[in-house]
Amino acid sequence: MKVFRVIKPGLFTTVQDLGRHGYLKCGIPISGAMDTFSLVAANALVANNPNDACLEITLIGPELQALTRTQIAITGGVISPKINGQNVPMWQTLEVQEGDLVSFGKVESGCRTYFSIRGGINTPLVLGSRATYVRGGFGGINGRQLKTEDIIEGFNKPPLKARYSMPEDLVQQFTGQYKVHVVLGPQADMFTETGINTFLSNSYMVTLEADRMGYRLEGPIIEHKAKADIISDAILPGAIQVPKNGKPIIIMRDAQTTGGYPKIAVATILDISLLGQAKPNDIIEFHKITINQAREKLFEYYKLLNNLSCMLLTT
Amino acid sequence: MKNEVHMPTRYLPFGDHALVIEFGDAISLEINAKVIALNEALQKAEIQGVEELVPTYRSLLVRYNPLTTTYEQLVFRIKDIEKTLKKTAPVESRKITIPVVYGGEYGPDLTYVAQFHELSEEQVVKLHFEREYRVYMIGFVAGFPYLGEVPDEIATPRLETPRLKVLAGSVGIAEKQTGIYPCDAPGGWRIIGRTPLKLFNPLRQPPTLLKPGDTVKFKPISEKEFKTIEETAIKGVYSPFSEV
Repeated sequence: MKVFRVIKPGLFTTVQDLGRHGYLKCGIPISGAMDTFSLVAANALVANNPNDACLEITLIGPELQALTRTQIAITGGVISPKINGQNVPMWQTLEVQEGDLVSFGKVESGCRTYFSIRGGINTPLVLGSRATYVRGGFGGINGRQLKTEDIIEGFNKPPLKARYSMPEDLVQQFTGQYKVHVVLGPQADMFTETGINTFLSNSYMVTLEADRMGYRLEGPIIEHKAKADIISDAILPGAIQVPKNGKPIIIMRDAQTTGGYPKIAVATILDISLLGQAKPNDIIEFHKITINQAREKLFEYYKLLNNLSCMLLTT
Repeated sequence: MKNEVHMPTRYLPFGDHALVIEFGDAISLEINAKVIALNEALQKAEIQGVEELVPTYRSLLVRYNPLTTTYEQLVFRIKDIEKTLKKTAPVESRKITIPVVYGGEYGPDLTYVAQFHELSEEQVVKLHFEREYRVYMIGFVAGFPYLGEVPDEIATPRLETPRLKVLAGSVGIAEKQTGIYPCDAPGGWRIIGRTPLKLFNPLRQPPTLLKPGDTVKFKPISEKEFKTIEETAIKGVYSPFSEV
C-alpha cells in the first residue's frame, strides 16, 4: 500500500527499526534507530509495535506527500513539522489526508527525528530487519537513504479512533550537553591512571566526523600506557575506542563489527540512545558507573518502554 | 607463542550488556582454536539471556540481555563450561576451496608483491595457494574473512594510500594475513587475485559463505574458468565445499 511520495528526501533520511540482531559474527552491524526511545515512542503514538519501521530524519527534514489517509507521529530531535504549511505538534498522533504535504524545518535541538506511520513502513525484511544499512547496501528502501520520487509503502491497518500524546515529563529534551554513563573496560588497563582521569573529568566535543557509524571527539588527550593498538576484536555500539592520537571515538549503530583500537569504556544501553541525538559541536561528559548500577537504571528504562502505550494521554 | 596465552583466561566486562572472554594476546592457531571451541560450546549450552556470540582472533564476545541475566551469573556459568573444553575433541573444521585468478587485472598488486620479495609472480602464487588457511574471524565489512597466515616469504605491508574501491572477490595480503573482499569496498590490502565466488549475500541464509574456524584453500584457475564458475555460482550449482 503506497502511503507517501518523497518530494524532497532531506539531508539523510533512512528507514529504521530496532535493528538486525544475530549477525555480528558475519560482520553485519546491528544498525537500527540511533535513538531507540524516540523510535519506540513514535510507534506507540500510532499504536504500532515497538519494532515497526519508521523514518529516521537527520538534521534537515524531507518533504512528503500523503497518497492516502493515514496517521503519523513525530518524535525525537525538535524539527518544527508542518502539514500543508501549518505548524503541527510533535509527540502526538497526527491525522493526514490524501494529498497533504508534510514538511519540516531544520532540527533545532537533538540530531535525529523519528516519523512513524500507522501500521509501520513496509520494506522487505533483510535478515529479519527493515533497518537500512547504507554501507552494506541493504535494508530499508534498496539499502540507501531516501531520494526524490521514492514511494513509501505501508501496511493496511484500520485507522485509530483515539489520538494520543506523550505526557510532557516523558518528552526528552536535547540540550547539546550530554552526560554519558560508561562501564570501564574491556581495555581500560591499557591506559595510565592519568589517562583514565583525563577521560572521566573533561568535556569532549563531537567533531564533524560524526555519522551513524560513530563519532570522533575532540578534547584533552587520553594517555595510553604503551601501545595503542590491539589484535582486532569485536566492537558493539557504545564502545569508546582511543587510537594513538588519544582522542576518543564512540562506536555507533552502523559501525564495522571489529576494531583494532583499545576500548577504554563502553556507554550503557540507555546512553547509546541518548548519544543518538548528539551532533557536531555538542559536548559529552563521561561518568563512570558499575554494571549493577547500569542494570538498575535499565530496569527502570525498560519498564518505561514496555508501559509507554499505557502512559500516553488520550486527547 | 606459548607465553602469549592468558593463564588463566581473562573475563572482561563490555559495557552493561556484553562481556569478552580473552584467551591470549597473539594471532595463533592455538588461541583461536580455544575461541572457536568455546563459541561452539556456548552455542550448544543455550544459556538464558545470551543473545549473540562474536568470535574473533583471540577472544569471544558474548552479548546478553541484562534484564534476564547478570555479568556475574554469566561469568560463573561460562567458566564452568570453559573447564570442560580441554577434554573435548577439537572442533571439526569445514573445508572450502576458493578458486582464484591470480595476477593481471584480477590481481593488480601481484607484480609489486613479487618485486618486494624478489620472487617471480609464479612463486608468490604458489606460496599463497599451497597452504591451508584458517578463518580467524569475519569483520571489517559483511562477510570479510580474516585468514591466516601466509608464509613470511610473501607477507607484505598494506598500501600506503588505500584504494577507494577494491572489487568484490579480490584476494589480498596485509602483512601475514590474507583476506577476500566480499563486496566492492575501499581497502589497503595488496590485491593478488580475484575469486568469482560471492562471499556475502544478505538474501541467503546464512548470509556469509565462510565462518570462523573454517579451513580455506585457494585454487588457481584460468580466466575462462572464472567466467564459468561465476555463471554456475549464480545458478547455485557450484559448490566450494569439498573433502580436501
